[in-house]
Amino acid sequence: MKLLPKATLALGAVLLSTLPAAAQQSWKPTRPIEFVVTSGAGGGTDVFARAVQAAINKHDLVPTSVVVTNKGGGSGVEGYVYGTGAKADPHKVIFGTNNAWTLPMVAKTSWSTADFTPVAIMAFDEFMLWTKADGPYKTAADFVAAARAQPGTLRMGGSQTHDTDQTLTVLIEKAAKIQLKYIPYQGGGQVGVQLAGGHIEANTNNPSESVGGWRGGQVKPVCVFRSEPFSPGPKVTETQGWSDIPTCASQGIPIEQFSMPRTIFLPPGVPAAAQTYWADLFRRVSETPEWKDYVTRTSQSGRFVSGDEMRQVIQKEESETREIFSEAGWLVK
Amino acid sequence: MLANIDSLMHGFTVALTGYHIMLMVGGVLLGILVGVLPGLGAPNGVTLLLPLTFSMDPVSAIILLTSLYWGALFGGSTTSILFNIPGEPSSVATTFDGYPMARQGRATEALTYAFLSAGFGALVGIIVITLLSSAVASFALRFGPPEYFAVYALAFASFVAFGGGAPVKTIIALGLGFGFGMVGTDTVSGSMRLTFELDQLIRGISFLVVVIGLFGLGELLLTIEEGPEFKGASGRIDPREMFRAAARMPRYWFAMLRGSAVGVWMGITPGGPTAASFMSYGIARRTSRNRDNFGKGEPEGVIAPETADHSAGTAAMLPMLSLGIPGSATAAVMLGGLMIWGLNPGPMLFLEQRDFVWGMIASMYLGNVIGVVLVLATVPLFAAMLSVSFSIIGPIIVTVCMVGAYTVAGAPFDLWLALAFGAVGYLMKKLDYPLAPLILAMVIGDKAEDAFRQSMLSSSGSLGILWSNWLAGTLTTLAILFLCWPFVALLLGRRSAAEVAITPAAGHEENRA
Repeated sequence: MKLLPKATLALGAVLLSTLPAAAQQSWKPTRPIEFVVTSGAGGGTDVFARAVQAAINKHDLVPTSVVVTNKGGGSGVEGYVYGTGAKADPHKVIFGTNNAWTLPMVAKTSWSTADFTPVAIMAFDEFMLWTKADGPYKTAADFVAAARAQPGTLRMGGSQTHDTDQTLTVLIEKAAKIQLKYIPYQGGGQVGVQLAGGHIEANTNNPSESVGGWRGGQVKPVCVFRSEPFSPGPKVTETQGWSDIPTCASQGIPIEQFSMPRTIFLPPGVPAAAQTYWADLFRRVSETPEWKDYVTRTSQSGRFVSGDEMRQVIQKEESETREIFSEAGWLVK
Repeated sequence: MLANIDSLMHGFTVALTGYHIMLMVGGVLLGILVGVLPGLGAPNGVTLLLPLTFSMDPVSAIILLTSLYWGALFGGSTTSILFNIPGEPSSVATTFDGYPMARQGRATEALTYAFLSAGFGALVGIIVITLLSSAVASFALRFGPPEYFAVYALAFASFVAFGGGAPVKTIIALGLGFGFGMVGTDTVSGSMRLTFELDQLIRGISFLVVVIGLFGLGELLLTIEEGPEFKGASGRIDPREMFRAAARMPRYWFAMLRGSAVGVWMGITPGGPTAASFMSYGIARRTSRNRDNFGKGEPEGVIAPETADHSAGTAAMLPMLSLGIPGSATAAVMLGGLMIWGLNPGPMLFLEQRDFVWGMIASMYLGNVIGVVLVLATVPLFAAMLSVSFSIIGPIIVTVCMVGAYTVAGAPFDLWLALAFGAVGYLMKKLDYPLAPLILAMVIGDKAEDAFRQSMLSSSGSLGILWSNWLAGTLTTLAILFLCWPFVALLLGRRSAAEVAITPAAGHEENRA
């Protein structure tokens, strides 16, 4: 509850700053709000949207009710198509990832990233390299050495094709100068279990996708795709915590940073006042204990980005991704 | 095992509170409602309730959601039997004999068989979970792409010879099913298939919409043409009929055990309840003493899919909790719930969250008993619906079907799709094309394809991977034997030539496809 005065101050500050420009109109929801999730029920984006919904309900942050709907068909294309259909309706809020800009590159879509109104990035999900707990690869360096010895035979699992996992796999191959065999599955949970059963040699799951398997002694993280290890926290297994996992760069895979933003957009053509309203609201959500708990529990990096800063992040990510995709021959246009 | 029983007793102390029993009754009632309405299936029901559970403690939340699931599994067979419209995808196979029974005026009997055998299947599933949880979980880890493909192939092979019609028509129906199942994004290549650049087709064609069209609307069109009345709508509701049917149940003990075994197998592997019910029906039809009566109102044809459906539904909870593999669409939604409540599925869940895991397992016993009692209480009510004039019930069914088709994804396009499939269903029935192979092909076609291509990726194109270990090898060989069974039977001279002529052709064409 200590947070509330701060949040109110922040709200006041934002309102003041927008006063000259939009003095004539401030916007707030008048109808039920729909959170459009660009993944199926139970997927990472779904859990993200529902965590936001739970925090909003708990603190009564919006005056109307919030419904979450899943539109995850076609790797999330469905959700964005639905978003374009809701043109200028600020009661529809679209939850996604970097799929907002990767999908139009790999599939013929009727929309482009620039159509949507960016609102916020609320967190960045981290990636780790995982191997089987009792398998032959104790460290990431072992894995790289084995892959170099037998090019193109070690199986790397991931969710979907031409998506983040496969992108990271391509980056790993380039950075460590190795060749892997990428096998696409339906989702991170399945990829984790496939590794636990020894049907693949490694995967690049997010921490939250495989923490259960790590604690149960089935799989283990061997390195993290961050510029530095996680900051010290409680132990996850009997002997180790996330902070004990070395960076991949230190293990012979020179990739400084790879993470996936959790993004929020509004449909095309919504009033600027609505954009401000939502950006401010999600900032307040990011300050609630419920949200912080979600971020810690899923081992993501909670960083709130909105406005121009978000545009820059998108622009940077988009051009980097386009380069990788074009080299891999994945671009459709 | 003894330790598990000890844990179960502990679970009962968690589950047996007034509040939890109230949640179970409420959940089951809602579930029956959701299950009875086509389209508004268990996954939708659970998704709708999910926000309510955020403020609950995880045990209460999972008890509410699983109870809803049991209710939906029970309720789904009601409309299958009464109107030939499956309320849930997993009750499609129940229509094959349930509906003919209803048309012969044996609706009460069919409903009683369906509910009691579903309850029996559930019980077997839960007992397996209770006693073998750790062994089963490590067994499920053995399943990689070749094993999955073999499981689907086996389910397919056990059912496919069931085409009663001309082999060419069966093959066409199968081909259509595979085709419809292919629409949308392909997992392995990531490209769009058969979408014709239509945004609405990107997410694929929902299997539920197809079922609503083919069965629901198609059946209505046929009824209208044949004369606007449901045959066998004698309106005779005799509660004693229920008890008489219940008393006849023990006679089918073998069918129930066989169905439960198939269901538990498909729930754990996990092939899912829908494939389980088809597989169980196929096996029953082939091995039963009454096989000639299948499709004409044979009680075993109701009991086989119902036991399998429900035991698969309950058994699928185990891989969900211990590995995080959803065995069904509903389990996938519940998995999301687990994450939100702050629980990570995995082997540690059983040790660290004893209250949650065992409370839930204990509630499964209670929830299913409550489910059987409540759903049996609705039998007279639903059977009475048959005596309502068609001019009233017909429009209601159309409305429910259309609302259901819309609810699946909240997309107006699905309404047109349902209408189109209604017309297709009518034509297929008029021209004697079997619908079942189409549905089965849609249910397991794309999953089997993914598994096959993943296998080929990891073996670099060698088919040998399907025999690379005893598990995959046994399953694949069994599947091939099943497909060839009619040939074998011919060689042994145990079946009439006419019967055999139909089936092998269907099976082999499929094998190549």
